[in-house]
Amino acid sequence: MSNSMNDTTRTATAPVPNNPNPIAKQDAMIEIDDVSFSYDHGQTNVLRNISFDIPAGKVTALIGPSGCGKSTLLRCLNRMNDLVDTSKVTNGQIRIMGQDINASDVDPIELRKQVGMVFQKYNPFPKSIYDNVAYGLRIQGIKNKPKLDEAVERSLRRAALWGEVKDRLGSSALGLSGGQQQRLCIARTIAVSPRIVLMDEPCSALDPIATARIEELIAELREEFTIVIVTHNMQQATRVSDRTAFFYIGELIEYDSTAKIFSNPSVKQTEEYITGRFG
Amino acid sequence: MNPFQSSSNARKSKDAFGSIVLAALTYIILGCTLFIFYDIAKKGLPVLMPVFSEKGGEVLNTDFLTRMPETLVEFTDAEGVKQSLPSSDFIEYTKANPDAVVENKKTNAYSGGGIKGPLVGTALLVLVCMVVALVIGIAAAVYLNEYAKQGRFVGMIRLAIMNLAGVPSIVFGLFGFAFFCLFPLIPVFETGLGTDLPKVAIPMFGGHLIFKSLGNSLLAGGLTLAVMVLPVIIAACEESLKAVPKGFREASLALGATKWQCIRTAVLPYATPGILTASVLGVTRVAGETAPIMFTAAVALKGKLPWDSPSDNGIFWMPDFLTDSVQAMPYHIYTVAARIPRTDATAAMQDGSVFVFLLMVMAFASVSIYLRIHFRKKLKW
Ligand SMILES: Nc1ncnc2c1ncn2[C@@H]1O[C@H](COP(=O)(O)OP(=O)(O)O)[C@@H](O)[C@H]1O
Ligand SMILES: [Mg+2]
Repeated sequence: MSNSMNDTTRTATAPVPNNPNPIAKQDAMIEIDDVSFSYDHGQTNVLRNISFDIPAGKVTALIGPSGCGKSTLLRCLNRMNDLVDTSKVTNGQIRIMGQDINASDVDPIELRKQVGMVFQKYNPFPKSIYDNVAYGLRIQGIKNKPKLDEAVERSLRRAALWGEVKDRLGSSALGLSGGQQQRLCIARTIAVSPRIVLMDEPCSALDPIATARIEELIAELREEFTIVIVTHNMQQATRVSDRTAFFYIGELIEYDSTAKIFSNPSVKQTEEYITGRFG
Repeated sequence: MNPFQSSSNARKSKDAFGSIVLAALTYIILGCTLFIFYDIAKKGLPVLMPVFSEKGGEVLNTDFLTRMPETLVEFTDAEGVKQSLPSSDFIEYTKANPDAVVENKKTNAYSGGGIKGPLVGTALLVLVCMVVALVIGIAAAVYLNEYAKQGRFVGMIRLAIMNLAGVPSIVFGLFGFAFFCLFPLIPVFETGLGTDLPKVAIPMFGGHLIFKSLGNSLLAGGLTLAVMVLPVIIAACEESLKAVPKGFREASLALGATKWQCIRTAVLPYATPGILTASVLGVTRVAGETAPIMFTAAVALKGKLPWDSPSDNGIFWMPDFLTDSVQAMPYHIYTVAARIPRTDATAAMQDGSVFVFLLMVMAFASVSIYLRIHFRKKLKW
């Protein structure tokens, strides 16, 4: 991304309007405060001065055209971007439950136990269904069989998969259908009891029926977890989310309740995007 | 009219000519290889399996596989029949028949008996080599691929490793001789050395810490071979690690695994098949090398197996047989082929050794190919 292009887009976009539906500070699970992020030691910022609060116990959707930085932002929240040597948060702060997650005394391992992630391409391990769900607990050193059994069953029930797999927990996860594999990945994520579940286009590799099941599942999980979901699918955002943030080339254009964004967006660019005139 | 008609006949014939040349070259190479295999099998098979010889005989010449090599004695008996016996058999023969006429007696070193010593020696050398090479190779590959910051420095290390793969094996042999055989590497604590101290002797606890060299030994040879295959093993391990989907690593880390937990539980298990396949191929390579072992480990003749009463190496923590010299197949073949005149009597050892060795290497290669096909079918993600 060239700098000149950034400049033109910056002048072309309207400033983020004052949020008409501010979230009370005590309800904010994740506070993103003027965050800029770079993949190349700060030479170019892929995210620029992003600020918004994500409420607890709600589903927040991140939408925007490809390459605008949705995944990048999501991966900032559990510090998965640490895997890219040259990446860094160049400005601002991300606070989860009030704690700056990039502070030097934050252990990303502990953070990730609290902030789980479901990926775009379902990625169960080539192990048994049981071993997949038990993975996160086992690496925490839990070996107690009854305890693992209980957690596996609870997680699979929670992920609406128990009925389909209870008779073949020992068989390979790769024998499941795509939709089942993605629900297994959700079960694996919630098995370690995170507070937040990040989902990066969890349905993009699935057919409509499997997608509908995942959406139902998200609706059920919202009570227990704070969910942040990246989606390409406008209908999906309206169906599953409470709040929606629209991004365009590394900047947050508009953030509001989903109903407001999709019925009466304040910014013209948002409207153009959701009505399919670009992106 | 045909819209797809060729516009240029010259191009067409050029194309045809090119493919014919390429095919011809391929078949010439194939033909040469097949001829070599055929020749070895034709001469060697009757030695291992006398049923296939003109005279006929037993199905399997077990003596050839279970006896140590020894000197072959050729002579003419009373009836003027040419005979040849391994020296131990010859001694018994003369004992049993004290009046036997032995004329035109001629001895050929290394050409009698069987190839048990070299077979066992090669197996041990390969074993030591692969254990060392795999441990170091996997560790290096994991470091380079998973831990090291990808940059100029790591790039240079990779380049150095790649270049190492192209170094002639004789250079490794000489390096191994200088470093593993002669250089005092092994720390040993000894008391009561008196005043006759080696150059480096660190006094402690009423004795001295001194350093011993390994000399011509199984361990020195195995280590030399390990250094030689390391580049291949590291490259293969890195390939296998790279082939593990990124999704496994991400899933593992996102669940709160530490880097090492992630590598141990979500990367290495899925890289193992590739590593295994590559290392079996590495075995075929080290098994056949002569140059690295001829200065470091191998001897032409040895009456006993390594574990039969090896000489005490004076290093309390190291099994004695590791510091004993061994026989090895490639060196044995070199010896019987290059140092012994070829006669009807000595040909059996020459041809038989080569044939058995070829079978051994082919078996390893087949295992490698089998593993590759097997895992490719089984591991799909
Ligand atoms: N690992 C990476 N290293 C360098 N640049 C990256 C990396 N991942 C993404 N990017 C760049 O960051 C920008 C945002 O990407 P991403 O967050 O994946 O967008 P989205 O998920 O919205 O499609 C893109 O320009 C992309 O090329
Ligand atoms: Mg994305």
